[in-house]
Amino acid sequence: MLDADFFRRWMTATAASVDREADRLTALDSPIGDADHGSNLRRGFTAVTAALEKESPPTPGAVLTLAGRQLISTVGGASGPLYGTLLRRTGKALGDAAEVDEQQFAEALRAGVDAVMQLGGAAPGDKTMIDALAPAVDRLADGFGAARSAAEQGAEATTPLQARKGRASYLGERSIGHQDPGATSAALLIAALAETEGK
Amino acid sequence: MSTQKPVGVVLVSHSAQVAEAVAELARGLAGGDTAVPVAAAGGTEGGGLGTSADLIAAAAASVDRGAGVAVLADLGSAVLTVKALLAEGDELPEAARLVDAPFVEGAVAAVVTSAAGADLDAVEAAAKEAYTYRKV
Repeated sequence: MLDADFFRRWMTATAASVDREADRLTALDSPIGDADHGSNLRRGFTAVTAALEKESPPTPGAVLTLAGRQLISTVGGASGPLYGTLLRRTGKALGDAAEVDEQQFAEALRAGVDAVMQLGGAAPGDKTMIDALAPAVDRLADGFGAARSAAEQGAEATTPLQARKGRASYLGERSIGHQDPGATSAALLIAALAETEGK
Repeated sequence: MSTQKPVGVVLVSHSAQVAEAVAELARGLAGGDTAVPVAAAGGTEGGGLGTSADLIAAAAASVDRGAGVAVLADLGSAVLTVKALLAEGDELPEAARLVDAPFVEGAVAAVVTSAAGADLDAVEAAAKEAYTYRKV
């Protein structure tokens, strides 16, 4: 079973990972974006950990809902509403249970990913965070480690794709050959889940 | 002069200057009618390029006179942030809606229509219709 503390540690692990990888995310965002993905997400997840520490939400759903709200209000780029919606919708789907099992979490995360696809209009293959999140959700039933591998492979597989959403889509064929920064940060989020397991 | 409550208009841009300037343009072309509440929500709170959910929420609250709020956004995170706030349900005034319209032309149409005393549906329709005006 997964309790509020598990989800708090997931967010803290994501914040640490985003902080470590911020320069790489920004470097990936330089040729095809506006070179702010790492710094934007670092600001967002720093606010998430501060809010979780201050408010200590009591349930898994409340942890993710608060985290999502922080991302929407602090990131300042498109990844804010996208990741914010992912976490908020996942949190809302978890309801107010004190603990949830892995299957409930997998279903909630799928609802979150669906909400992101609806918000941004992106489908798999558009060279976005969905290319890491969708395969991760598909493999979540096999454990967090399997989801992590699927997300990382999904992120790497965005390199040969042509961007069809967001600023990178303005570049057309010139977006080919670069790994998508959003898919890369989405893989960090899922990897942090695997790191949080078993503590 | 209409005695109805006016529809509010919020202009969300990646740039504070763009949002302010478009608001000023729309007010000016509406005859400088100050009865129409127009608020700009441009850039981040720190003054950089980007989108601030808090600035958008504050702008929407400031123009809400009870007749609805039409929100126009330029691109990318501006659009996504408004949609995310609307989807959350409690962040924007109840009768706020994102209007699918070209930013500058739609803003002018929205403010002029609101100044004429129209309701939110009519303001939205006028802003959307700005897409149909071809320049070539």
